[in-house]
Amino acid sequence: MAMSLATAPALTFNRVTFGYEGHPAVHHLAGSVPPGSLLAVIGPNGSGKSTLLKGLVGALRPLEGGIDLDGLSRHDIAYLPQQADIDRSFPITVSELVAMGLWRKIGAWGRIGVHHRELIARAISSVGLEGFESRTLDTLSGGQLQRALFARVLTQDCPLILLDEPLNAIDGKTAADLIALIHRWHGEGRTVIAVLHDLAVVKEQFPTALLLARETIAWGPTSGVVTPANLLRARAMSERWDETAPWCSGASKHA
Amino acid sequence: MILYDALIAPFADYAFMARALAGCIALSFGAAPVGVFLMLRRMSLAGDAMAHAILPGAAIGFLISGLKILPMTLGGMIAGLTVALLAGLVSRTTVLKEDASLAAFYLISLALGVLIVSMKGTNVDLLHVLFGTVLALDDTALYFLGGASTVSLFALALIYRALVAECVDPNFLGIVSRAGSVAHLTFLGLVVLNLVSGFQALGTLLAVGMMMLPAVTSRFWARTLPGMMAAAIAVALLASVAGLLVSYHFSAPSGPAITLAAGAAFIASLLFGPQGGLFWKLLPPKHRTA
Repeated sequence: MAMSLATAPALTFNRVTFGYEGHPAVHHLAGSVPPGSLLAVIGPNGSGKSTLLKGLVGALRPLEGGIDLDGLSRHDIAYLPQQADIDRSFPITVSELVAMGLWRKIGAWGRIGVHHRELIARAISSVGLEGFESRTLDTLSGGQLQRALFARVLTQDCPLILLDEPLNAIDGKTAADLIALIHRWHGEGRTVIAVLHDLAVVKEQFPTALLLARETIAWGPTSGVVTPANLLRARAMSERWDETAPWCSGASKHA
Repeated sequence: MILYDALIAPFADYAFMARALAGCIALSFGAAPVGVFLMLRRMSLAGDAMAHAILPGAAIGFLISGLKILPMTLGGMIAGLTVALLAGLVSRTTVLKEDASLAAFYLISLALGVLIVSMKGTNVDLLHVLFGTVLALDDTALYFLGGASTVSLFALALIYRALVAECVDPNFLGIVSRAGSVAHLTFLGLVVLNLVSGFQALGTLLAVGMMMLPAVTSRFWARTLPGMMAAAIAVALLASVAGLLVSYHFSAPSGPAITLAAGAAFIASLLFGPQGGLFWKLLPPKHRTA
């Protein structure tokens, strides 16, 4: 795909806290993601990985601190949620779903020109869905829908791409294809942040990793992050909310 | 000539029949496509709730100026839009889902409407409101019906892409733009507009029938969204003609006749519609090799 790309942003987390009902799910996260990073976010269930992505796209407001997107508009983030809330019974085709990725370019009224049709066709063939263009969503398997959603990310053509568990419940062939796409985005200079569970994939494919367990356990080159000692510490995190936990004041020096 | 007498003459010879048909055609083009979106959004019953919500406004218009179309229409629009906006806003800003907040607001509205009517009106008048006056459409009413369906079609075209995106993947649209809320609220406005314009032709309750029955029927005829909307309009037109003719030949009330004609189309499509009609499921299923 053509590199019509704004330069990838440098992301900075300024002791940011996201949470629900006053309880932190991501607590005092501080650090930065250099432009063009390929970062895996890992951690046990309930460790705040998805919350972090939701916070990045602005679907959640921080309870404290903030994230500096380096001038990038939140509208220009491509975000693929874990359970994309897609109404698959709605009668639209794969092409039309992929075309939604063009929203920032054509909006509610712009014409889908020849150039745009080419982008859509190329995105669909990049994910191996040729021949599925006019199939409706209710006829797709889970893996095919995930491929279509990756094609939509392709047409979005964003400098920052967030993927939440993109390889869940997907067969080996599809996973390999989607990982190849992730590498392509990385090669094009985009920043890609992916929440993943499969540590083998993380070790093989992702140069950097962030191990979360509500707070940062480790962050840096993957080999130094995915270690037995770190994973043990992450697993010790309690998922339970403590209703009697004291209020966290910005001045206190815990965490 | 028997066919001419049965099918054409009533409309050619009697102005009130021609007017009724014109009104119903306008209503078909406005309400049926809106109904298709309501069905696809699993809001089929929202039309019904909204029709009830219109009542207090119409009742206040009725109290102020008697059984006149314009004040009652205006009142109905205001009441319906208020309920639609409140329900939409509450569902977007609180934990309440849209159907729950709509239920709450329409019940309040309906109770108010009944209270207002019982304070002053008589039951005969109320029947008029509920069952409509399609055989007595005056110029004002016809202009309003035509205007409402024109506005409805253009507005639907304007919000079409945003509305489809909002239906398929609201979270995605919410991230790339703010168009989703605008499209949704405009759409609710169109529901109200079509119900209000339908209620003077068919009455409050049967106006919903003209919106939802053709829409639900269309699902058995088309797989694509444009196809469904075209099918819904066609069904609404057919039901209008058939209902008016039945009403003419058998001296039946026109509103129920039109709605029942749409109902008959629904039952027939349910059984024999090419897209998943029940009859075809009785045949032994065939499958391809790949």
